[in-house]
Amino acid sequence: MTVTNLDNSKARTQQPALMRTEQLSLSYGKKIAFEDVSIAINQSKITALVGPSGCGKSSFLSCLNRLTDLIDNCRVTGRIFLEKWDVMNRNIDTIALRRRVGHIFQKPNPFPLDLWKNIAFPLKEHGVKNRQEIDSIVERVLKDVGLWDEVKDRLKDSALALSGGQQQRLCIARALALEPEVLLMDEPCSALDPISSGVVEDLIASLRQKYALLVVTHNLAQAKRIADYVGVFWVRDNRGKLIEFGEAKQVFESPQHDLTAAYISGHRG
Amino acid sequence: MTWLEDKISSPSKLNKSSQFDWDWVLVWVLRIMAAITGAIVLLIVIFLILESLPFLLVKGIGPFFTDPTWNPTEGLYNFTPMLWGTLLATMGSVVVATPLGIISALFCQYYAPVAMGNLYRRLIELLAGIPSVVYGFWGLVVLVPLINRLHPPGASLLAGIIILTIMILPTIALVADASFGKVPQEYLLGATSLGLSKWGTICNVVFPAAKSGLFTGVILTVGRAIGETMAVLMVCGNVVETPSSIFDPIRTLTANIALEMAYALGNHRSALFVSGLALMAIIVLLAVAAEVITVTSSPVTKNS
Repeated sequence: MTVTNLDNSKARTQQPALMRTEQLSLSYGKKIAFEDVSIAINQSKITALVGPSGCGKSSFLSCLNRLTDLIDNCRVTGRIFLEKWDVMNRNIDTIALRRRVGHIFQKPNPFPLDLWKNIAFPLKEHGVKNRQEIDSIVERVLKDVGLWDEVKDRLKDSALALSGGQQQRLCIARALALEPEVLLMDEPCSALDPISSGVVEDLIASLRQKYALLVVTHNLAQAKRIADYVGVFWVRDNRGKLIEFGEAKQVFESPQHDLTAAYISGHRG
Repeated sequence: MTWLEDKISSPSKLNKSSQFDWDWVLVWVLRIMAAITGAIVLLIVIFLILESLPFLLVKGIGPFFTDPTWNPTEGLYNFTPMLWGTLLATMGSVVVATPLGIISALFCQYYAPVAMGNLYRRLIELLAGIPSVVYGFWGLVVLVPLINRLHPPGASLLAGIIILTIMILPTIALVADASFGKVPQEYLLGATSLGLSKWGTICNVVFPAAKSGLFTGVILTVGRAIGETMAVLMVCGNVVETPSSIFDPIRTLTANIALEMAYALGNHRSALFVSGLALMAIIVLLAVAAEVITVTSSPVTKNS
């Protein structure tokens, strides 16, 4: 066990974390959603956050690209760094932050526009004006998510006419078009049917090469299949806590915490 | 499936065993109420047609457009000047009030702090509740003299447009506010997480998503502007002539009915009913248009 821990810390010193949080806490009014969460997200790795519902995993994701700014009476304390950049600083350019840190939601949320516009208009908003350039980016990201062959003849159709799995892949393509470094994914497969879910899961695994991924999932088997690092959230004293964080292999095979062990073996959660 | 439909469509079957079936009573009370409401609309239309028929059977609709002027006491029934009056006042006010109302709703939904937004919404609702005669009175004693100083006579198409704008603005603002409120939160979260500016989100996501609601709102407001009689009657001068500038006085169809109904007899009376029938037809067309827009442009039905 100590050996794996050593390996773990060695791996981390070799590769400085792309994004990390320090003692991050969030409360809605008086209700504390989660408390004291410190994790590191690495380039080219999939970090999975697992745990029962209501323990603050999704809220945690929303902090990382400051989506929490939209929620009234929500207070975030602690620190978040993207490389050396202090994300919590009130004066940072949140638009630049959100361009670097993409977010995929549980329920696919394509805009009520045609497929092409779904990807093109955020690009235009971010200053890509050249039509040819936009077209080539649209094609590239749709190929990246494996949607190009399915939709290339109907780019002018409403995105809402796609199936759930296709919609989710479109949303991922839309995020990829902005060339983010980190992708936050909030249970990206849980609103999909089993086959679409499999397709999206394979897609997520394939994105590992180029991005740092932080994936919230209910699905332990999925976390086992795709994750390099795993964080386990648990509710204690009515608030979410990160009870274990480490390499996936270590967390699944020799969990340090009794609750993790019970959760992984299916006795709890 | 049919079993399920049966259960759903007639809830009374579910509790046959209970002593007295209140659902059955409720269903029938509701049915009767609905029938009465529908019947009222139908009766109004039938009444309008019956009252218009004497004129239409004898003279047809030709005189309304070909007579030299509107002078019912001498048997002249051209109501094109009043049609123009109604059209110009309505279009003018809708063109001015629509952007103002939409901007006001955008402020309320996306820019104002929550508390201020709510307060502002209450104010607009209050504005919508002010009786039209109050607006008319204000227009008569404040607006008309003001325009008179700019360009006599004061009582004019312009005064009508301004008053109507103020009166329909709250309706448009509230309908727009409601349609923006119905834009799914996921779209806004999605747009924000893509690093889009507020204005970029509004132009590219909110407007397309709220489009059908906005159109419907505008169309219903057109109906309201057409029907508004009292305030317009008080500020527009009511001279029967096709206006050549916005400072000319106008008479609208509704004002015409209100002004002349008291002493109209025979063909004159019947002619006024024809104009009422025409107004009713316009309102029906607008309602149909609103319905068509709602059905065809709702994103779910569009491509599936």
